[in-house]
Amino acid sequence: MAILECIIEVKARVQLTTDKRATIDEVTDHDEWVKVMKINWYKYASPSNFYRLAGKLVPMFGIPAAILFVVGLYVGFFVAPIDFQQGDAYRIIFIHVPAAWMGMLLYVLMAAYAGIGWAFNARLASMMATSLSITGAMFTFLSLATGSLWGKPTWGTWWVWDARMTSTLILLFLYIGFISLQAAIDDRRRADRAGAVLAIVGVINIPIIYFSVQWWNTLHQGATIRLLNKPTMAPPMLAAMFIMLAACWLYSVAVVLARLRCIIIEREQEAGRVVPATAAATEFSGMESV
Amino acid sequence: MRSWSEFLSMGGYAFYVWGSYAIALVALGGEVLFLRQRRKNLQLRRGRNPHLSE
Repeated sequence: MAILECIIEVKARVQLTTDKRATIDEVTDHDEWVKVMKINWYKYASPSNFYRLAGKLVPMFGIPAAILFVVGLYVGFFVAPIDFQQGDAYRIIFIHVPAAWMGMLLYVLMAAYAGIGWAFNARLASMMATSLSITGAMFTFLSLATGSLWGKPTWGTWWVWDARMTSTLILLFLYIGFISLQAAIDDRRRADRAGAVLAIVGVINIPIIYFSVQWWNTLHQGATIRLLNKPTMAPPMLAAMFIMLAACWLYSVAVVLARLRCIIIEREQEAGRVVPATAAATEFSGMESV
Repeated sequence: MRSWSEFLSMGGYAFYVWGSYAIALVALGGEVLFLRQRRKNLQLRRGRNPHLSE
């Protein structure tokens, strides 16, 4: 869907001039509805239209995220039993593992959006990559910080230059590199392209992080959750971890879309384009949802 | 069911466990607050910006 959005942005520029867009209210017939839905995808490839859509999506993801964080922490702290080896220290897992997964996932997403923005000259995709980079860096930092706090009581050290930890640190540097590279270039389109090159080259680091515990003899433990094997964790522990992962996902979508809205306005202002009056009038007044 | 003091001590790992969640709260909460500020700054500019006329 995301790819579709961006590929069609180029077409959308042609499409929008003919302005075939019908509003949803005008359509009653089902077949017509399907047609309109198709046309509306073109519509959302344009930043100013996507701005309004994103505004509706932010609370739809943000509120469930908040609920799932509470549920996940409840299950993690009150339902999940004490680990027979690590005692209560293992409870760090409920934030550590989701944060680490999000750090990697958001990087792949960021590189994909940056690449699409570059290849198809799709502004919106590049803005999405910029928006993703901040949240991705935040989660990567969080995984390193919580990992360090977990390592001290269980391994007896805050940090070792172990393959998994080192490659995760490189991931954080890649994020920081992407953010600072974009910030250093004044021309937005050039900044997007330069960032895309860095992001795509850096994807090589993701399989290295993922397989590091198999390829090298690391202090970091191996994967507990695997696709084909049965997980070696008590069900409530596993449940709490997946609820927290879902919460982190929803949180990321909400925050990234909210930031994308800011980026859209900032860039349209810089480019001197007129931000749609409706967006300015209706959306700016209802600011309570970030 | 454990008592509250037992729960809060986390079997002696209180610093590490609560420390982790405190950092998580600061990181996620901080991101939301920064974003809110960024959005507010845009709103403030609306009055002066001809491109955002209503």
